[in-house]
Amino acid sequence: MIPHLKPTSGAHVGAKSSVSQIMWQVMLAISPATVFGIWCFGWPALNLFVITIVSAVGFEAFCIRLQGRVAIPVIMDGSALLTGWLLAMTLPPWAPWWIGVVGSGLAIVLGKQVYGGLGQNLFNPAMLARVALLISFPIEMTTWANVSPLFFSDSPGLFESWHITFAGLENLDATTGATTLGYVKTEFSQNRLLTDILKDYSGFLNFIGWTRGSMGETSSLLLGLGGVWLIRQGVIQWHIPVSLLFMVAFLASIFHIMDSEHYISPLLHLNSGAIMCVAFFIATDYVTSPNTKTGQMVFGAGCGLLIFVIRTWGAYPEGAGFAVLLMNSATPLIDHYIRPRIYGRDRKGKPLEIPKS
Amino acid sequence: MLSFFTRQRIRGGVHAEEHKTETAAQPIVHDFPLPKKLYIPLQQHVGKPAEPLIRVGDHVLKGQLLAYSQGMISAPVHAPSSGIILDVNDYPAPHPSALPIRTIVLETDGKEEWLEIHPVEDPFQLSPEDISLRVGAAGIVGLGGATFPTAVKLNMGRENHIDTLIINGAECEPYLSCDDRLMQERAEQIIDGVRLMLHGMETEHAVVAIEDNKPQAFLAMQTAAASHAHIDVIQIPTRYPMGWDRQLIRYVTGKEVPVGSRSSEIGVTIHNVGTAYATHKAIRHGQPLLSRVVTVAGGAVKRPMNVEVPLGTLISELFNFCEVNADETARIIMGGPMMGDSLPHIGLPTVKATSGILALTQAELKDSDEKPCIRCASCVTVCPAGLRPLDMANNIRVNQLDAAVDIGLKDCISCGCCSYICPSNIPLVQYFKYASGEVMARQQAAHKSEQTKRLIDDRNARMERIAQQQREEELARIAAKAERERLKAEQEATV
Repeated sequence: MIPHLKPTSGAHVGAKSSVSQIMWQVMLAISPATVFGIWCFGWPALNLFVITIVSAVGFEAFCIRLQGRVAIPVIMDGSALLTGWLLAMTLPPWAPWWIGVVGSGLAIVLGKQVYGGLGQNLFNPAMLARVALLISFPIEMTTWANVSPLFFSDSPGLFESWHITFAGLENLDATTGATTLGYVKTEFSQNRLLTDILKDYSGFLNFIGWTRGSMGETSSLLLGLGGVWLIRQGVIQWHIPVSLLFMVAFLASIFHIMDSEHYISPLLHLNSGAIMCVAFFIATDYVTSPNTKTGQMVFGAGCGLLIFVIRTWGAYPEGAGFAVLLMNSATPLIDHYIRPRIYGRDRKGKPLEIPKS
Repeated sequence: MLSFFTRQRIRGGVHAEEHKTETAAQPIVHDFPLPKKLYIPLQQHVGKPAEPLIRVGDHVLKGQLLAYSQGMISAPVHAPSSGIILDVNDYPAPHPSALPIRTIVLETDGKEEWLEIHPVEDPFQLSPEDISLRVGAAGIVGLGGATFPTAVKLNMGRENHIDTLIINGAECEPYLSCDDRLMQERAEQIIDGVRLMLHGMETEHAVVAIEDNKPQAFLAMQTAAASHAHIDVIQIPTRYPMGWDRQLIRYVTGKEVPVGSRSSEIGVTIHNVGTAYATHKAIRHGQPLLSRVVTVAGGAVKRPMNVEVPLGTLISELFNFCEVNADETARIIMGGPMMGDSLPHIGLPTVKATSGILALTQAELKDSDEKPCIRCASCVTVCPAGLRPLDMANNIRVNQLDAAVDIGLKDCISCGCCSYICPSNIPLVQYFKYASGEVMARQQAAHKSEQTKRLIDDRNARMERIAQQQREEELARIAAKAERERLKAEQEATV
């Protein structure tokens, strides 16, 4: 005899997906770029990566415990791990240990838990932390290590890396320099022209990621591949990345065609800085982006516009973090005005008219 | 980009694992042993319950009218077999609550003695009104699950001069294959039923729409319809909820039914293939609706099948016949797994709406471990009605039901796509059903207190009026008395 069963509403069957599965898929998608970045910048990058992730998970566990809940099941959803990971990817690879810890604290505590935890935050936690760190610690956040791959003779060894991470970097001039965008910005202020500034620039090396920059943001190739894989997996939709990249490329093309000595080319725009990472993995954050396709296109285009504006006329060489935060704050507004049309109703919500025939 | 501007034909939807092959591959089983007792609820349709016209102890014949339809929207019920009426009382209904409803219990005598029936020689000589009458008298209701009385729909179709009859052969719910088998085995009869419906509605054109995961049913139906130029058989994409009438109407005709209107107002009526088959039987053979094909499937069913059973058969007998493993059964569902109702136990009868009974194992069910919403918006993407389930659920969670109504709660069709897709396992449909019920209860409470207030006000006014009247009468009486005394005094004075 079948016992009495509790009535439940449909659907009784479900798609085989879960929050943690989504998080793991995103981590899988960013891992090639991360591994490549860690290899490029050596042991200090690995140290910072581990510190940032461990402290992100630690802060998450701390906040959950404060709420009197059991931390382990919440940690297992992978969201804190992913936030820490994304934050680490956007940090200068040789930044000191406390940058990672403070950044994780900002991201998890201020960026996520004070809003009420997963799904409640207004701003992307990783970008919030990244921008707060940039404003608070401009020196540490703009000290870019030269490419010095693991196991190369001039690269720092394991013990030396601990010194860099925990005691700070000496001999700055020999081991660090500017990113492409930063270099261009400085040289523009010296009234140099673009052809002159970029005579040593290699688009190919930038494309594969062999250049100074944040730990996991340098390889446009691997980030792009990871992003396309995520779209194919159905984890993210194409609307935000495409509209964001298209907007930047579109604006850059117009200005580059008008004045190619003072406005960098669209290819250089797409190939440098945080844009690939932001387009595929940060701006597409479910929680902080609009929930209709049209809204997502507006959001992506807005991010692209702001990135271009800040890069071109702003004080910072890279504006992706600021752009995302500003558009995050516009997300509720976008969702309020751009909503799907309900079946049988017009856009204003009135029932459709019966056609006279 | 073009779809951005033109109205899309299919919106939202999911592609769930089908689980149809086990039952769709084998013929409909006809040797179901006649149950000793049949439990025939008096309400197996939308509208008013039927009114019994038999007494306990009566002997009835197969096909005999047991209860007549009352009111505009209602349907009669007939004896599915011959036997003796044991009881007319409240028995549990096939509903998640299993609350009792009025039910006729028939003890079968195994003789299957038919009432004398009068088949029609040429039904196309009948008037369209007569077709509706006969369909209504046969107790036919929408057999896709909506159970709206078919005769009412035929009348509405005729009155609105509709131009297209759509026959719904989508059967988009997973597991179910009763319509598929019916179309494969009884295509001729279904097409005949469609022709009779067209005649009954005075409509020229019919479209039979079948999901493209049923190629054999499509072939059979196409062959059967080949000689009837005014009946088109088409294939439609397999995408739940393709069988939602309004989705299907938009796909087939490109027209959208306005909220608050019926499809006949835009010139379309939609009937299920099972209903067309029942119409054929009712008109051609004079047989009322006494049985239906039920899909019994699910991981806990050892012999999954489509089986034709008399209405009123208890689910427990079906489960015995199909060898359902009770230990493995985690949930019993009437209908499909997307929209079907879960039943609390198996002592409930099969009714006209029972397209399937599923016994699902724990492994087949959706995980119930609820996580916070991550705003992935999958629910917005899959919603065929264009709603934002996540926002509605957020409003309902904080008890802002009016806000949920404002953003479309009442337009929700409970199709279950949002619950199906949600990676956080949030039971969204449950939220919406709860909220709809609560909104209705509140409206009723508000209506009731308004009524009460009005009655009290009326009573106060009435009492006031009466008091006023009494005062006036009193005054008049005093005045009359004074007048009388004055007259008397005058008379005395003159005398």
